Amino acid sequence: MTTLNINGKNHKIDLPADTPILWALRDYVGLTGTKFGCGMALCGACTVHLDGEPTRACVTPISAAAGKVIVTIEAIDQDAIGKKVQEAWLTLGVPQCGYCQSGQIMAATALLKQKPNPTDTDIDTAMSGNICRCGTYPRIRAAIKQAAGITEIKP
Amino acid sequence: MKKPLDHLELNTTMWNADDNIEIANISRRAFLKNMALTGFVLAAGFPSLTKADEIASPLKKEKYGADGMPHGWVDNPLIFVAIASDGTVTIICHRSEMGQGVRTSLPMVVADELEANWEHVRVEQAPGDEPRYGNQDTDGSRSMRHFFLPMRRVGAAARTMLESAAAAQWQVPVQEVRAKQHHVLHTATGRTLGYGQLAKAAAKLPVPARETLRLKNPVDFRYIGKGKTALYDGKDMVTGRAKYGIDTRLKGMLYAVIARPPVFGGKVLSYDAKDALKVQGVIEVIELKGSPPPANFNPLGGIAVIANNTWAAIQGRKALKIEWDKGPHGTYDSLTYKTELEAAARKPGKVVRNNGDVDAALQDAVKRIEAEYYAPHLAQAPMEPPAATARIVKGKCEIWSCTQAPQASRESVAKWLKLPEDDVTINVTLLGGGFGRKSKPDYVIEAALLSQAMKGKPVKLTWTREDDLHHSYFHTVSVERLEAGLDAQGKTIAWLHRTVAPTISSTFGPDSKHEMPAELGMGVINVPFAIANLRIENPEAEAHTRIGWFRSVSNIPHAFAIQSFVSELAVAAGRDPKDFLLDLIGPPRRIDPRTLGDNWNQGESPEIYPVDTGRLRGVIEAVAHETGWGRTLPKGRGLGIAAHYSFVTYVAVVVEVVVDESGKLRIPRIDIAVDCGPQINPERIRSQIEGACIMGVSLATLGEISFKDGAVMQDNFHSYQLTRMDDAPYEIRVHLMPTTDFNTPLGGVGEPGLPPIAPALCNAIFAATGQRIRQLPIRDQLQKG
Repeated sequence: MTTLNINGKNHKIDLPADTPILWALRDYVGLTGTKFGCGMALCGACTVHLDGEPTRACVTPISAAAGKVIVTIEAIDQDAIGKKVQEAWLTLGVPQCGYCQSGQIMAATALLKQKPNPTDTDIDTAMSGNICRCGTYPRIRAAIKQAAGITEIKP
Repeated sequence: MKKPLDHLELNTTMWNADDNIEIANISRRAFLKNMALTGFVLAAGFPSLTKADEIASPLKKEKYGADGMPHGWVDNPLIFVAIASDGTVTIICHRSEMGQGVRTSLPMVVADELEANWEHVRVEQAPGDEPRYGNQDTDGSRSMRHFFLPMRRVGAAARTMLESAAAAQWQVPVQEVRAKQHHVLHTATGRTLGYGQLAKAAAKLPVPARETLRLKNPVDFRYIGKGKTALYDGKDMVTGRAKYGIDTRLKGMLYAVIARPPVFGGKVLSYDAKDALKVQGVIEVIELKGSPPPANFNPLGGIAVIANNTWAAIQGRKALKIEWDKGPHGTYDSLTYKTELEAAARKPGKVVRNNGDVDAALQDAVKRIEAEYYAPHLAQAPMEPPAATARIVKGKCEIWSCTQAPQASRESVAKWLKLPEDDVTINVTLLGGGFGRKSKPDYVIEAALLSQAMKGKPVKLTWTREDDLHHSYFHTVSVERLEAGLDAQGKTIAWLHRTVAPTISSTFGPDSKHEMPAELGMGVINVPFAIANLRIENPEAEAHTRIGWFRSVSNIPHAFAIQSFVSELAVAAGRDPKDFLLDLIGPPRRIDPRTLGDNWNQGESPEIYPVDTGRLRGVIEAVAHETGWGRTLPKGRGLGIAAHYSFVTYVAVVVEVVVDESGKLRIPRIDIAVDCGPQINPERIRSQIEGACIMGVSLATLGEISFKDGAVMQDNFHSYQLTRMDDAPYEIRVHLMPTTDFNTPLGGVGEPGLPPIAPALCNAIFAATGQRIRQLPIRDQLQKG
C-alpha cells in the first residue's frame, strides 16, 4: 500500500510499488486528465508535477512519489501561473484534439514557474519533450509568451 | 421530475463516462422522456413528428457529395435540436471530433440559423446511427462540405417553428414576427417571447417543408464566417476534464491489452500463459482468433491479457510466451520492396490517362529530365492510441470509443457478436487525434469480443504505442517516376508519370494491385497541367500489410513527386519555379475532371466542382505575394514553392529554410494560401492548416515505418519520430482567400494543407543548398561529414 498526495488529498493506493504513477492516477484514483501516449517518457502526455518538478508519470513508479506532492492537470488551475497558462491556451485557441494539452500545460506551467520570462530557446528546451501530433506548437509558443506577458512574438 | 439543467448536465456525463455511468445512462433515458413533460420541444431520441426520410427530397436525386455517401444526410430539426423550458438549446453533433473543431463548427451553423445565443447552446454527441443522423464517417474532409447546408436547414426549420408558435400565441401573421437571439419579436408591438417559453407550443407544429425554409442572408450571420466562436470543448481540454475513448471508466471494468501477430496474416502457433497469470492484477488470458484475408476491419487475433488495471495487463502481456506463425508476409522487407517498386516504375504499366503522343514528343524534346521519388509507409500515430470499452448487458452491447466510423463500428460489432444492429450502441467519445487510423474499427470489435469472452463484463481495451505503430492500417509506400521533355524554349512538351504503390483496396479485396480511382484521383491523373502530350501509368504493386488512410492519403506521394519534379524542370529550363509552375498550369479555365480521366472527383459533382485552374493560380500568386517571392536571401537560406489541389480545395505554400554548414535544417517560416470556398469557421480552418504544415514537415523530415522479416521496425516515438517544438516551423502564416459568396460550394479543410508541404520544403532545401531530396524522409540526408 502506497500513500500518494494527489492534488492536496491523500490516497491509499493498493497497487504494486513499481506501478507507474500514470496508471495509479488513471485506473485507481480515476483522474483521467493525465494521458497515456507512449509509456516511455517520450511524448510528455503524462506530465504531472512531482514536488513542483515536471515529471513523466508513465515511467515514475508510485514508490518514488511517496511522501511527495503530486499535482495533476485537474488541479493546476489552483496555481496562479497554471491558471494563466490555461487562460492563454483558451484565448489563443491552442487545442485541436486536445489530448496532449494536459501534458503541454503542465510542462508550460513548470517552465513559467522557473523562468517567468522564457526565451525561445527556454521554450524549446522545456517543451520539446511534449509531442503534439495535431501540430499546435506555434500556438503553444505564443500562449506561453502571452501567459508570461511577453508581447513580442518575433525571435 | 428534475430541472432541465440537471438533465443536461447528466446528459453530458453520459458519454463522459465515469464511475457513475450506470446512473448517468439511466438519467439519459429519463432526460429524453422528460423532454416532453418539461417542454423540450425539438427532442433528440423522440419519435419525430415527421420522419426525415418521409420529407420529399428533390435534392437527394443526385449521387454526388453527401447524397452519394452511405445514408446521405438528414436535416430534420427534431433529430438535431432540443430546446428546454429554460431556453437551453441542445444541438446534436453527429460527426466525430478529432481536433478539427467539428463539435463547434457544425452546431454553430445550426445555432446561427436558429438565432440561438451560443451562450445557451449545449452540444451532445450522436451515437453511431446513420439511418437516423445521416453519414457519420468522419473522413475525407467532408463534415462542413456535406453538412453546412443540411445544418443550416435544421436551424432554419427550428427557427420557423418557434416563430410560428409565437405568431399563433399573439394571433398575428407569421410574417410580422422574427427570431432574434433566443427570442421571437413582434416588430409592430415590441412584444417578445423567449425560446424556452415557446418550446412547448412549437413542439406541436409540423416541421416546415424544406422548400419553404427561409435561410438567412449571409450578411445576417452571427457566427458563420466570423471565427469568433470559442472552441466548444476547449475548457474541458485545458482542465483535464475532456473525455477521450481511453478515459472511459465503467463500474467493475476490466482492462485489456492484446499481443497481436507481429506480421500481418500471421497467427498464434502456441502460447504459454503461466507466467502472465502470475502477474499481480492479471485475471484472465484469452486467445482471439485471427481472420483470413482480406484484412477489412477485422481484428488481427492474438492473445489478450485481462487485468484489473492497464499496467498489470501490460506486464502480463510481457510475461506471455507465444510462438507465432508468420504467414505469407513473413519476408516483407522495406529495402527489398523499394527496389521492387523501382523496377516496376521503370517498366510500362497500366495506362490510366493518355493525351497526345508522349513517346514521340519525348523523341522531339531538346532536353529530357527524369527523376524517381520514394515516399515510405507512415503510421498515423494519433496521440491517443486506439481504445474502446465494451460491455454486454442482457444481450445488448454498448461501446464507448474514439472512432471516426461510428456506423461501421456498429455494423462490425453486430456482425462479430451476431447481434441485431439495434442491440449495439456506439457512444462516440472525443478522439485524441484520428488522421484516418480511427476510421477502421478493428479495435472496437476487439473490445466487444473481449467483453463477450468475459461474460459481458465491461472491458476497456487499450492499444499501447507499440501496438499502434506495429498494427496500423499504414499509409502506402510509393515510387513515383517522372519523365519530361522540354523544347528549345524550355516549354514542357511531354510528361510521363508512373505511380507505383500498394493500394488501400488490397485491404478490402484480394489481389488488388492497382491504385483505385480514388487514389489516382488524388492529384495524379487529375493533374491540371497544360501539356499536350501526357501519359500516366500505374504498374502493379502487391500489398504485404494493411494499407489504409492517412490524412490526405495518396496526395502525399503524388504531390511530393509532381511538385518536386516541377521545380526540377524549372531548374533545367533555367526558369523561376513559381513562374514555371504557373506556365504548366496554364491559363485560368474550369476543367471537367472526367476529361482528365478522373471520374471520381472526390465524390463530388464534376459540374459543381470542376478543376478550376484560375483558383489554383490564385493561391500560388497569393502565397508568392505574401512571402515576397523572389527576394534575395543569404547563403544557406532558401524558399521553395508547391501547390496542390485536393479535397476540392486549392493550396499553395512557400517554405523558407535555413540549412547551416553542418546540414542542420531550420524552418523559420511557412506561408500557405488556401482557397476552400466559403469559410464557415475561419479560426478552426487556420488551426487545421497550421497543423497540416507541421504534420507535413514531420513526415518529410522524420516519418518512416519500415518492415523487416514482415514486422514493423519502429516501436515507439524514439524510432518513429515526430516533429517536436524545437524543429517545428517557427512561424506559420495562413492566408485564406476571402469568402465571396456563401452559396458557392465548400472545399475540404482537414487534409488539403498537408500534401504540398513536403515538396515545398524539399524545393526550399534545393534553393538553399543545391541538394535535391528525392527520398523521404529527409532525416540525415543533409548532414555533412
